[in-house]
Amino acid sequence: MHHRPLHSDTDIELRMLMEAIYLKYSYDFRDYTGASQKRRVLHAMREMGCETISQLQSRVLHEPAAFSELLQFLTIPVTEMFRDPTYYAALREHVMPVLSTYPSLKIWVAGCSTGEEVYSLAILLKEEGLLERSIIYATDINPESLEKAKKGVFPLDSMRAYTENYQASGGKRAFSDYYTAAYNAALFDRSLAENVTFADHSLATDTVFAETHFISCRNVMIYFKKKLQERALGLFHESLCHRGFLGLGSKESIDFSAYGPRFEPIVKRERVFRKL
Amino acid sequence: MDALLAPLLQGREIAAVVIGASAGGVNALLEILPPLPKAYPYPIVTVLHVMKGRQNQLAEVFQQRLAIRVQDAGDKDELRPGTLYFAPAGYHLSVEDGGVLSLSQEEPVHFARPAIDITMASAADVYGPSLVGILLTGANQDGAAGLAAIGAAGGLTVVQDPAEAQVAVMPNEAIRLRQPDLVLTLQEIRSLLLKLENK
Repeated sequence: MHHRPLHSDTDIELRMLMEAIYLKYSYDFRDYTGASQKRRVLHAMREMGCETISQLQSRVLHEPAAFSELLQFLTIPVTEMFRDPTYYAALREHVMPVLSTYPSLKIWVAGCSTGEEVYSLAILLKEEGLLERSIIYATDINPESLEKAKKGVFPLDSMRAYTENYQASGGKRAFSDYYTAAYNAALFDRSLAENVTFADHSLATDTVFAETHFISCRNVMIYFKKKLQERALGLFHESLCHRGFLGLGSKESIDFSAYGPRFEPIVKRERVFRKL
Repeated sequence: MDALLAPLLQGREIAAVVIGASAGGVNALLEILPPLPKAYPYPIVTVLHVMKGRQNQLAEVFQQRLAIRVQDAGDKDELRPGTLYFAPAGYHLSVEDGGVLSLSQEEPVHFARPAIDITMASAADVYGPSLVGILLTGANQDGAAGLAAIGAAGGLTVVQDPAEAQVAVMPNEAIRLRQPDLVLTLQEIRSLLLKLENK
């Protein structure tokens, strides 16, 4: 046999691992993009002391704790408060004035990770006088991330960068008004999270749970293959009310999606769209 | 170079070129890419470390000087021939099965995001011997492992001659990690890219 095999051993093992996880735990990573998933699984394999992905699969199948451990490697908790300040500036200028015309608001932060963007949005809503009439659904597939998000405690040494982001986004107050510093942590004002519901939700396997006015889902769909991206966009389209808003990550696009023509760009550069 | 090159190209189908560069990379790329014709038959995926804030102008600056199409790599873009792609600032860029690009925000590698290692290793997985990897000037270790992965997968590996590189750290590191197929000057890399066209 001299031909190149269709799939490398690693690719075969990866697919079998994802299938096992789906069958056993109902987490569906089968349509995540291959290259970054492979890097994360290989990293987890080494960190968890396994020689091969097959060995990792065996552990994950027989020890639920090993799956929880692997889940922390499979999801990417890279986020900041007011990440891409120009995105928040665009929301402030173009989205908030329209949202303020509704008597009550439902907002969905899909793939909220450890919550930095949730608190950023809550601050923005508060400054625009909309927080009290808003319900924010903050969803993620990683229970550990959701627990962190609920606490609203972030490392104090991130605050300098977050303050710069906040100011660049058009923040109206001193950023330190929103948190209390204790030891090495910044504890965010509880009132910000009062109307936030943190919940386990998967864009790969769950359905729409509410009609919303605005959905922010940033740097989540880059980890999805096209098929899964389409599923997620379908959920967003279904959830959004007539003329509802959708905000995506700075390099994400709906141009090549079947849902592309069903949204209009509001601020193209910042990936803010509106349902047609 | 031709005597060295002939056996390396013998029977090799080429699908794509990946280039990595860091300090001094803009000038180096502008030495090797301008002669490429608009109908160049391969996509060229480039990871260039640049200062924060400067990345956004790369495509624009290069488009003014090149005949091939230049664009920032977008998530799930399908690679097209005759096109130069730049990895966008703040994201790793991978090549997926079927020649589709994907972006991710995992931890930086060697302090770099985008990291050359990630783009090169993912492209090696997809293209194997049909990939050409080129590592140019730079002050960083990034790229050495990526180029080694291309070599291990049977791809053609090229390193800029450290004696000529504006900063020799990156080429030296690559040569130390795994002997590349060719160590060439920019002038030679420039004509190599043109020769590939007539493959």
